[in-house]
Amino acid sequence: MSTDVQLTPETVEQAVDAALAAVAGAGTVADLKAARIAHTGESSALARLNATIRALPNTEKPAAGKLIGQARGRVNGAIAEREAVLAAGEREALLEAERVDVTAAPLRRPTGARHPLTIVRETVEDVFTGMGWEIAEGPELEHEWFNFDALNIDPDHPARSPQDTLFVEPLGAHLVMRTQTSPVQVRTLIERGAPVYVLAPGRVYRTDEIDATHLPVFTQFEGLAIDRGLTMAHLRGTLEHLARIMFGEDARIRLRPNFFPFTEPSAEMDVWQPNAKGGARWVEWGGCGMVHPNVLRAAGVDPQEFQGFAFGLGIERTLQFAEGLNDMRDMIEGDLRFSRQWGLVAR
Amino acid sequence: MRIPLSWLAEWADLPAGSTPEALHAALVRVGFEEETVHGGDLSGPVVVGEVLELTPEPQKNGKTIRWCSVRVAPDGERAADGGEAVRGVVCGAGNFHVGDKVVVTLPGTVLPGPFPIAARRTYGHVSDGMIASARELGLPEDVAPASAAGILRLTELGLDPEVGTDAIALLGLDDAAVEVNVTPDRGYALSIRGIAREYGASTGAAFRDPADAVSPPGTTDDGAVAAVIDDAAPIRGRVGASVFVTRVVRGIDPGARTPDWMAARLRLAGIRSISLPVDVTNYVMVELGQPIHGYDLAALSGGLGVRRAAAGERLTTLDGVERVLDAEDLVITDDSGPIGLAGVMGGASTELSGGTVDVVVEAANFDPVSIGRTARRHRLPSEASRRFERGVDPAVARAAAQRVVDLLVEHAGGTADPGQTWIDRSVPPAPVLLTADAVLHRTGAEVGAAETRQALAALGCAVADDPRGLLVTPPTWRRDLVESVDLVEEVVRVVGYDRIPSELPVAPPGRGLTRSQRLHRSVGRVLAATGGVEIQTYPLVSEADQQRFAPGASMRVVNPLDATAPLLRRTLVPGLLDALRRNRGRGLVDVALFEIGSVFLPADGAAYGTAELPPIGARPEPALLERLAGDLPPQPRHVGVLLAGDRTPRQPGHPAEPVDWRDAVDAARAVAAAVGATVRLRQAAPAGFHPTRSAEVLVGDAVVGVAGELHPDAVADVPGRVAAVEIDLEALFAAAPASIGFAPISSMPAATQDLSLVVAAAVPADDVLRAVVEGAGGLLEHALLVDDYRGAGLPDGAKSLTFALRFRAPDRTLTAADATAAKQAGVALAAERHGAGLRE
Repeated sequence: MSTDVQLTPETVEQAVDAALAAVAGAGTVADLKAARIAHTGESSALARLNATIRALPNTEKPAAGKLIGQARGRVNGAIAEREAVLAAGEREALLEAERVDVTAAPLRRPTGARHPLTIVRETVEDVFTGMGWEIAEGPELEHEWFNFDALNIDPDHPARSPQDTLFVEPLGAHLVMRTQTSPVQVRTLIERGAPVYVLAPGRVYRTDEIDATHLPVFTQFEGLAIDRGLTMAHLRGTLEHLARIMFGEDARIRLRPNFFPFTEPSAEMDVWQPNAKGGARWVEWGGCGMVHPNVLRAAGVDPQEFQGFAFGLGIERTLQFAEGLNDMRDMIEGDLRFSRQWGLVAR
Repeated sequence: MRIPLSWLAEWADLPAGSTPEALHAALVRVGFEEETVHGGDLSGPVVVGEVLELTPEPQKNGKTIRWCSVRVAPDGERAADGGEAVRGVVCGAGNFHVGDKVVVTLPGTVLPGPFPIAARRTYGHVSDGMIASARELGLPEDVAPASAAGILRLTELGLDPEVGTDAIALLGLDDAAVEVNVTPDRGYALSIRGIAREYGASTGAAFRDPADAVSPPGTTDDGAVAAVIDDAAPIRGRVGASVFVTRVVRGIDPGARTPDWMAARLRLAGIRSISLPVDVTNYVMVELGQPIHGYDLAALSGGLGVRRAAAGERLTTLDGVERVLDAEDLVITDDSGPIGLAGVMGGASTELSGGTVDVVVEAANFDPVSIGRTARRHRLPSEASRRFERGVDPAVARAAAQRVVDLLVEHAGGTADPGQTWIDRSVPPAPVLLTADAVLHRTGAEVGAAETRQALAALGCAVADDPRGLLVTPPTWRRDLVESVDLVEEVVRVVGYDRIPSELPVAPPGRGLTRSQRLHRSVGRVLAATGGVEIQTYPLVSEADQQRFAPGASMRVVNPLDATAPLLRRTLVPGLLDALRRNRGRGLVDVALFEIGSVFLPADGAAYGTAELPPIGARPEPALLERLAGDLPPQPRHVGVLLAGDRTPRQPGHPAEPVDWRDAVDAARAVAAAVGATVRLRQAAPAGFHPTRSAEVLVGDAVVGVAGELHPDAVADVPGRVAAVEIDLEALFAAAPASIGFAPISSMPAATQDLSLVVAAAVPADDVLRAVVEGAGGLLEHALLVDDYRGAGLPDGAKSLTFALRFRAPDRTLTAADATAAKQAGVALAAERHGAGLRE
């Protein structure tokens, strides 16, 4: 065994300093490995100093061993620390090499859109189911009796002419495309009796030529509440509630006398739209009134015991006002860009 | 209904300075919808001028102006604005001639707008005033149709006034008319009388009934002109005429002119001036609401009669059209046969003409239904039929006839015969009880007894006390007031709907949406979330489209808006295709559309509807009611999806994915997932679909729809493939599990194995998979087809299907042997059913 090295605190410190310098200077994991072999391997200064312990008297061996052990500990600690730093750096470099331009992400799973009329319709349905009402439905191809006679519309009423109503062959079978959702009133009353609180949304058909404010096929919702003790005040309250939800807290309802064969008293309903494009104003929203006793009679409900109200509103009009749309034709042309503006969200 | 303010003011106290707007507001309050305002708002020197010379001068801008010399005051006098009697005026219109009498607005005039008129330099001249059009003067254009597009030529109004005459007074230009919409239940309001009464009720203004301002002869019928009502075939049990009054005025001056004020009021009311006798009948009609017909006595042969026409009988009406009559038409006759279509239009043979000196005045009351049907049948809506159809006061006929007589005597110099013909079979209105709490009970509005009484009285009701409330006898012109609720409306209408309070009703607890309603929403949401854009399409289709995509019995609309699309759709595909084409036409080629809507599926040979049509106001007997409600073709809601172009377009690192049949299948699966169902596919060739790339969609054993590519011939105009799905939602919901059928989740380890089976290429992969699943039993948790290989290493006509299988036991760790045994059981069943063998 060579004796060219002498184990002293100084020589150990020198070896440690040299090792630490090499570790600190290692710029790569490979450099570090070389430094580890050079400064902690068998031929390293520390190894050689360690070898001299064997020759020491037994009484000195513990102190010498501790000195070397601490030195090795410091060097190994530095190596581990350096290794972590270098590994992290290389990982980073690797990750950097994987960099993408996230703004160039392809659209792999495009989402679609629901029709705004559906969204409005569901909003209205939810307002009413929230009040305990139920949603009723009826056929679009309807028997003339339900569409007219049961609603107290005289057989000679002009609305029953082919100028206003689509008739279905054969003529003598009394089939029409419903001109309103009101026949659902009668069906509901016949099926469920009173009391009843229902909302009936659905498509209706007229012979209107298509233009910015008329569609030959459009969507209504019909409300019907029949109970003991209902008055026109409840009609106003219900419509005001709906108007506030659809058009904002400042929305108001105005009732104007009008005529419908199936209600008495009847009213035209205007809604005050504080947020209308082009300034706050009254707009015509729909018709309403207290259900005519003859409608209750047709459904077998005793008008002495029960009474109530009905209203009919256009969903297209509601959408038009709520969103400031100028042209209703956009709603039925099926242009992708129209529905896409609403996307998937509810109002 | 157009209401000239000056006319209304004669019968109701309008406050001084009343504006059309204020009148509108008062009428809207009691239920007349506001339409528009005609005339008014015009002041200054507006005079009659005569065109002396005109020189056309073409302009650089292509227009030709006319440089006119117009006399606006008699020779030697100053004009109304103090200027010269002859003026130079530039005019852009070309419809007038030298010698025409026109209306000249001199400098200082303010036209409605307001547009002040001043002398100004234009086109190289000083235009010292303006020659006016009907529109500029605020006149309804329909009173001088020939002048509608240009200058108003006074000859067209039948006028030939002196030059310099004040045209404002001449034409009543300082008067205005408000126009309101009258609902069909209120025929009485198609008159100044009715509107004045409503105005009084609305505002409290004093009302004078014009019917009370005349004095008809006593109640005798001394047969001025013999008349007979003989209705052999009343419609719906109602005799065609209930009142028939005639009067005779002799010796009128055929040259007498309509007074300017009368012509002006008629014009403002929308009625053209024709001749004095005709104008008088129209004037009285507008004032009292009673249509009047005048006959030339010399042209009548014998007495008048009212009867139904014989089918095929002919009558030439006033408009010169020969009409073939229907047995339901009510006609007026003399000994020669029909001389008028009762209540609709008179006949040509007995009409008042320029030579008429003896006039028979007829004021009758005809049944609304009869008149309405005749007017519609002959497409002949007239001022008279409009009123009769909505109901005319049967008690006003004599007063109206008297008013006509008075006006003819006053303005045409005639002499009235003292007698009258008066047949009156009208039924007086029955009293209706209005209980003390009726208004409150129905409307929630607190209206006191005195106020109620006052409101009803203002409308012409006779109100008497009754121990239970009020006994109300409606006036003769309100045949619509038959029940208590009708009176309730009248009371709240008069006191104001704003008296109705607001209260939110409390419904009994509801059950929320039905399962079907929830599932409909779910389908729409899932399709939108997976890329579909919801649309709504027009539900009527052409024969060709129906035949191509859904052959079968169809419901046909009698009077479709578009004659080429008369059928109610049996399928949503044609509507979606229309939308696809519209989008493509607008440059949107990558399209994924869906619609949820009704289709109409009559069964072959089935008859729907009923011959019966039960009357109003009563519940039909149960058997009939069931048929009314149920005898309709099935109208299930379908969902349709249509895809074309690229599902996703070419993007960085992402090639374009063109649409094909697989997208249709995926959409079908999405719809099924939305309702908790699992679909199965069966190779098929549905109508209009690609014969080898399409499928039926099944849930369990029920076919609920179709999916695949549309037949290339059906979409030859669309590049690439068009994929489509249509599913019957009612059928899907019925087939879908009503509850989830939850199974506990095992946390034991899984064993996975792959399985490759060789089968004949024609065997559907899904059949093999189902055999494996069924054979493997409960340990097989999941199986997925991962490869379909055909080619080298396999016999001709065979394919190798590879399935990834995942096994798991609920209660123990599965051994490899367990899994293999289960797999082999699956292989065995696939071998038995489909001849499948393990691929070596």
